[in-house]
Amino acid sequence: MSLAEKYPQEIEKILAKYPPEQKRSAVMALLYMAMREEGYVSKADKADIAEMLEMTTTEISGIIGFYSLFHDEKAGQYRLQVCTDIGCALRGADQYLADLCKELGVKPGETTKDGLVTVEEVKCLAACDKAPMFQVQSPKGIKYHEEMTIAATIDLIEELRKDAQEAK
Amino acid sequence: MEYMLLRHRDIDNLNQIDTFLKEDGFEGLKKALKMETTDVTNEVKAAGLRGRGGAGFPAGVKWSFMDNNNWPHYVVANADESEPGTFKDREIMESNPFQFLEGIAISSFAVGANAAYIYLRGEFWEVAHFLDEKIEEMEKAGFLGENIQGTDYSLKIYTHLGAGAYICGEETALLESMEGKRGQPRVRPPFPPSEGLYNKPTVVNNVETLSSVPYIIKNEADGYRKFGTEKSPGTKIFSLSGNVNNPGNYELPLGTPFRTLIFDEKYGGGIPDGKSIKAIMPAGASSSMVVATDEALDTPMDYEHVQDVGGSLGSASVIVVDDSVGLDWLIAKTMDFFHHESCGKCTPCREGSYWMKKLTERIHSGEGSEKDVELLKDVAYQMQGTTLCALGEFSTMAVVSSIERFPEDFKA
Repeated sequence: MSLAEKYPQEIEKILAKYPPEQKRSAVMALLYMAMREEGYVSKADKADIAEMLEMTTTEISGIIGFYSLFHDEKAGQYRLQVCTDIGCALRGADQYLADLCKELGVKPGETTKDGLVTVEEVKCLAACDKAPMFQVQSPKGIKYHEEMTIAATIDLIEELRKDAQEAK
Repeated sequence: MEYMLLRHRDIDNLNQIDTFLKEDGFEGLKKALKMETTDVTNEVKAAGLRGRGGAGFPAGVKWSFMDNNNWPHYVVANADESEPGTFKDREIMESNPFQFLEGIAISSFAVGANAAYIYLRGEFWEVAHFLDEKIEEMEKAGFLGENIQGTDYSLKIYTHLGAGAYICGEETALLESMEGKRGQPRVRPPFPPSEGLYNKPTVVNNVETLSSVPYIIKNEADGYRKFGTEKSPGTKIFSLSGNVNNPGNYELPLGTPFRTLIFDEKYGGGIPDGKSIKAIMPAGASSSMVVATDEALDTPMDYEHVQDVGGSLGSASVIVVDDSVGLDWLIAKTMDFFHHESCGKCTPCREGSYWMKKLTERIHSGEGSEKDVELLKDVAYQMQGTTLCALGEFSTMAVVSSIERFPEDFKA
């Protein structure tokens, strides 16, 4: 099913935010919508969005490539995005990321063997006073986790694992 | 001090509309709706409110630049908060959202806009959904939507989520992004008040700037000017981070010295682990590295004085660096950031940030030579004044100032 078939009312509501002749303003909202199921934008979704907004698929790909939160490749079910920018780095974020990777047996950018979590190193998330911190990006959205320890992170990952199993 | 922006720290549940109404909520909007639009703008001008996103441009003056021969007009709230070291707008939106929305409504009324957008960085996903609820509550209470408070003025406010691109905090890149394009800055002029969103006159203001407006309308310019200095009136939220005991947001009158913010027990509480302060980045990653001398620490944090010690106030994201930190490491971090966030549109920034990242990494790894330090400075100087927007220019600040002011950190 295409996005237009799956979410007709929601799409109408998004388009209504912008003047009728400016529908491409809805592209970011529709890309988020496309990532709701698999966590990335499929080829079919790209074509679908392009058609709805009278854009080319190349333009859609260009936009996906430009913005860090859009993905057109599959990764783990949860992207655990750790901030290691200067504010966090001055409060030990690099060490935290190294310890977390060691604990999970991955390098930054890699996914755990069970396909659950991809650990990513990201730029400033505007929570510099609460380092170490990360956000979890999943098909459900984005959630902040602040003042984290390795133990608390492992507990969270266990919760995510349970959620994923229940969803199945 | 009485809070103007972080009022939720004194008042529980201020993000609930009933509480907000009990605490004089929307009084500024009600008053504005009875005024002439130009008088609203003139009041903000007289208050001397300067843009809190970093540039410090007088807000009322910006509003008065709107082209009245070209309609419709738009107001866009810049909630892209992405400068490393800045985390104030999120606190306002989460805890004092109605004051922010009221500020948008007043500014929209002043410039005759019937539609306003809030552009939030994509990471503020939950905040955007929260604001959608608050907007709905305001509509139900008659403070947004059709014929606000029985007047003939109508306003819709919409949220728009970005998707992780620092450059979208630059106002013309933000507008491009809102139009469904890659967020790359426009060549200016024209500036947004002449041609902004959809080529229509647009005011783009930061969250904190807009949130200051209701107080100004309620208490007038004189009431606002009781805080701060002549040229930098009002209060400002200082985001304090880095090597400091109590990082966090602190609302203080402009003109408060660095020493108070960083060392006072009520605020930063000094440097942890018995270390000493070495440097201050007063405006986040875009800052020059200010040597933390007694003179610098006693400098008032306002738009005109921070320059005297070789920095700028910017968005007042004060990052504290202690004496155990090597600045070769720190500038390699800032260059990694700017290289990642360079939008690629103009050559000096796209190429310059790439080479500066390579050079800072090589120097930090200990494999650099003295020539590399000279080359790094040379690349930075070539970027200054040649990039399309401020991102490129700002990427050179920490690099050049660190090499010049802390040469011992860059000995080969």
